[in-house]
Amino acid sequence: MAKFITLRFLQGILVLLGIYAVTFFLVAATPGSPFSSERAIQPEILAQIEAFYGYDKPTSERFIASLGNILHGDFGPSAVYANRSVTDIIAESFPVSLKLGSISLAIALLLGIPAGIIAAVKKNTWLDYVPMSTAMAGICLPTFVMGPLLALVFGLIFAVLPVAGWFGPEFVVLPSATLGLYYAAYFARLTRGGMLEMLNQDWVRTARAKGVPERTIVWKHCLKGGLIPAITFLGPALAGIISGSFVVETIFQVPGLGQWFVKGALNRDDFLILGLTVLFASLIVLMNLLVDIAQVALNPRLKYD
Amino acid sequence: MTDHSETAVLGNEAAPLPKHSASEIADEELVEGSSLWKDAWSRLKKNKLAVASLVIFLVICVFCVVGPFLVPYDSQQQDLFLGATGPSAEHWFGTDTLGRDLLVRTMEGGRISLMVGLVATVVSLLIGVIYGATAGYLGGKVDAAMMRFVDLLYALPFTIFVILLMVAFGRSMWLMFVAIGCVEWLSMARIVRSGVLGLKKQEFVEAAVSLGYSHKRIILRHLIPNVLGPVIVIATLTVPAVMLLEAFLSFLGLGVQPPNASWGVLINEGQQNMEIFPWLLMFPAFLFALTLFCLNFLGDGLRDALDPKSAKD
Amino acid sequence: MALLEVKDLRTSFYTRDGVVRAVDGVSFSLDKGETLGIVGESGSGKSVTCYSLMRLIPEPPGRIDGGTAMFDGRDLLTMSKKELSKIRGNRISMIFQDPMTSLNPFLRISTQLIESLRLHYDVDKKTAINKAIAALEEVGIPEAAKRVHNYPHEFSGGMRQRVMIAMALITEPDLLIADEPTTALDVTVQAQIMDIIKKRQEDLGTAVILITHDLGVVAGTCDKVNVMYGGRMMESGTAEQVFYEAKHPYTRSLQKTIPSLQTKGEELYTIPGLPPDVSKPIHGCAFYPRCPYPKTGKPEGDRPELVEMADGHCYADCGFCDSSAPIETVLAKTDSPDEAIETGAAE
Repeated sequence: MAKFITLRFLQGILVLLGIYAVTFFLVAATPGSPFSSERAIQPEILAQIEAFYGYDKPTSERFIASLGNILHGDFGPSAVYANRSVTDIIAESFPVSLKLGSISLAIALLLGIPAGIIAAVKKNTWLDYVPMSTAMAGICLPTFVMGPLLALVFGLIFAVLPVAGWFGPEFVVLPSATLGLYYAAYFARLTRGGMLEMLNQDWVRTARAKGVPERTIVWKHCLKGGLIPAITFLGPALAGIISGSFVVETIFQVPGLGQWFVKGALNRDDFLILGLTVLFASLIVLMNLLVDIAQVALNPRLKYD
Repeated sequence: MTDHSETAVLGNEAAPLPKHSASEIADEELVEGSSLWKDAWSRLKKNKLAVASLVIFLVICVFCVVGPFLVPYDSQQQDLFLGATGPSAEHWFGTDTLGRDLLVRTMEGGRISLMVGLVATVVSLLIGVIYGATAGYLGGKVDAAMMRFVDLLYALPFTIFVILLMVAFGRSMWLMFVAIGCVEWLSMARIVRSGVLGLKKQEFVEAAVSLGYSHKRIILRHLIPNVLGPVIVIATLTVPAVMLLEAFLSFLGLGVQPPNASWGVLINEGQQNMEIFPWLLMFPAFLFALTLFCLNFLGDGLRDALDPKSAKD
Repeated sequence: MALLEVKDLRTSFYTRDGVVRAVDGVSFSLDKGETLGIVGESGSGKSVTCYSLMRLIPEPPGRIDGGTAMFDGRDLLTMSKKELSKIRGNRISMIFQDPMTSLNPFLRISTQLIESLRLHYDVDKKTAINKAIAALEEVGIPEAAKRVHNYPHEFSGGMRQRVMIAMALITEPDLLIADEPTTALDVTVQAQIMDIIKKRQEDLGTAVILITHDLGVVAGTCDKVNVMYGGRMMESGTAEQVFYEAKHPYTRSLQKTIPSLQTKGEELYTIPGLPPDVSKPIHGCAFYPRCPYPKTGKPEGDRPELVEMADGHCYADCGFCDSSAPIETVLAKTDSPDEAIETGAAE
């Protein structure tokens, strides 16, 4: 168990290094420089700026330097938003995104998993059809459709919730619902599938033959195995919530990291892109590590291998 | 023994025994190879939701491809004097803020979105099938390493990479097709690999090996035809996933660039003005969601029809 | 009074492709401590019969259409779910065909073993565990005290079936239903498992219903035998009657399939054709299309009823074939069974 986790941890660090390298060289390969866009700058000044940010050195040298900086927690300056370092931007916006992300994930899990369990247990009744059709509809309504729709209905038609900004608890509702409901739909479908697979197993028949009540069969015999698909999906779900936040933060004008990433990408802000990619990737790698551990904890067959 | 008779055997296993009436058994003896597909087709036909989805999807395709020729407006033709107007007899879907006809823009946007779906799915199909079949066929350590790599990629933030690719190499539409295809091949590789792994243990492959056929020939002629069912299912489900990614990028301004429009671009434009001109959001969003809906249901239906063993209920 | 009295049991599956009459009027009875064998090919309805008794048929698509199953004076088929759950795993237990899939891989053996004890009796966990260890020892699992806390995947197939037996018998039930308990096991282990079932049956005085397609197993263990085909009983009686005085052509054909009863060097006998499609109405004898005996008429009307011939020996005589000759003579005459295969397949 400890060996397994160490192995996965080291693997995660390798993956992060890989992501960093790919991102770095991808950004470096982009034609032009982050400072030459739009504003007409005198060539001498441009060269000075580039020298200041280390852009006069060869790419490989810059890679090593920036890797060193990142390991020290220095993500470099923001090239487009003068006078602000990437670290500042992260420090300011990360709490916002973290709040949005964790509330969304909570909505997704707390809504999706119970719905999936109920649908599986009450298969082919309205308790199955209604949540599952809703879930299917949810999956077909991506965040950038759901978001405007929710804003239209609750913000403009009923005018009960604010649709833009980030000033209080009521501002959290629509963005996190937009993100959360979409993944709730996924979790519901995965949990239903997982639970159904468990409920169709031979050993459920064994339990019934022992006189075990249905409730106990669901909770004690099937839940562990039935949740595995949903838990495995946590990693991709987090990745999805992060990229979904790009959209949702733009729609609802939430001052989080997602907006910064989109701005960075549109404006070729190298340091900002790099810093945020590393941050996002670290979160996802960490989540995947947790998922791996959870899987081993849930499935005894993995424990001894 | 050819692989065709094996297909028939697989088809037989799929259906529970009592279902076989005398006529079915006779049919299978006559046309060995087609029974899997015939079975699948008859199962699909019984799934009303899937058939309805197929019909609606085809209607949407015709609407988007043929439609622009029937509407007397050009998608780029602006009428700033007119501006945004609601649906009317002249402009069924209304016009946007630049006075462009939304109906024809939605049709042409759909054409681009559907094309992305098709092209990127073909790219993902090629990569996924080749990768998966190779891993499954070679087996052993190579397979383990290749699949571990897929697992790793599964856990990565792809959308970020697609965004970076778009930034790095410019926002060309064709590049986007390839970029999306390059990240959506993982499920395909997995399904092909497990199919091949299961099939290569069967006698007809051993027979081909003992006859001294080359690896390439065995993979192309014997294995791929046999995993076609699940591949079609995944491909059908990849189309909506790919369209979603395209719309996502276009929504963020990183995908299809104006004056071209995909549904994602239109939804973004609509979203910006939805308080005043809600129809600009409603029409493209509705068609986009409907298309995704149909493709997902069709994919589910195909899964039940083509892969009865994996169909849970 | 008999421990179990089943009368006219009917169970069907309502599928999209029609109604499958898996069990179509089955009656039998079983006394305390007795062993009943139910024999038949796959799809003959033998397993469905027993699952119906335990009400373990998945509903839908399955449904028990009629009949009664009086167990100790109460009808298993109509009693409330609550009453039923007091009997399941307590007074009637079950062992299943595949020990690899019949134990929950996510739970420890101990948890699964003590589950029915704790459900049906007021025992604390420690006593229950001790009882579980004793039960494992009874079925011959070494180091039971240690292994009781293992997970199923740490046991081999034969060991798992022993665990299943221990689990089924831990509440000392009145009736044990064993659904092909040895089919999925290695031949070397099969005899051991049957011995354990027999031994525990003698210790506890449990009645046993043994479902099997292997006539050889039945011969060694059962007091009474039911032969099933196409959802009905074709012949029933004591083991001796069914073996030495087999009347029905199907029973006789089945006997011919036992390898050890065949002359060495002779080709193994298989009954040509396929079991009948029970989703279609069957006229006359269900075995008619595959019957090796000379035909004397076209099957028509209802399926023949089980009639008592002598001293509890019952058999469903169809009257459409001449079954006077011994099967060896008949089989020797039919040189090519091809004709039978075709009629069988078209059924």
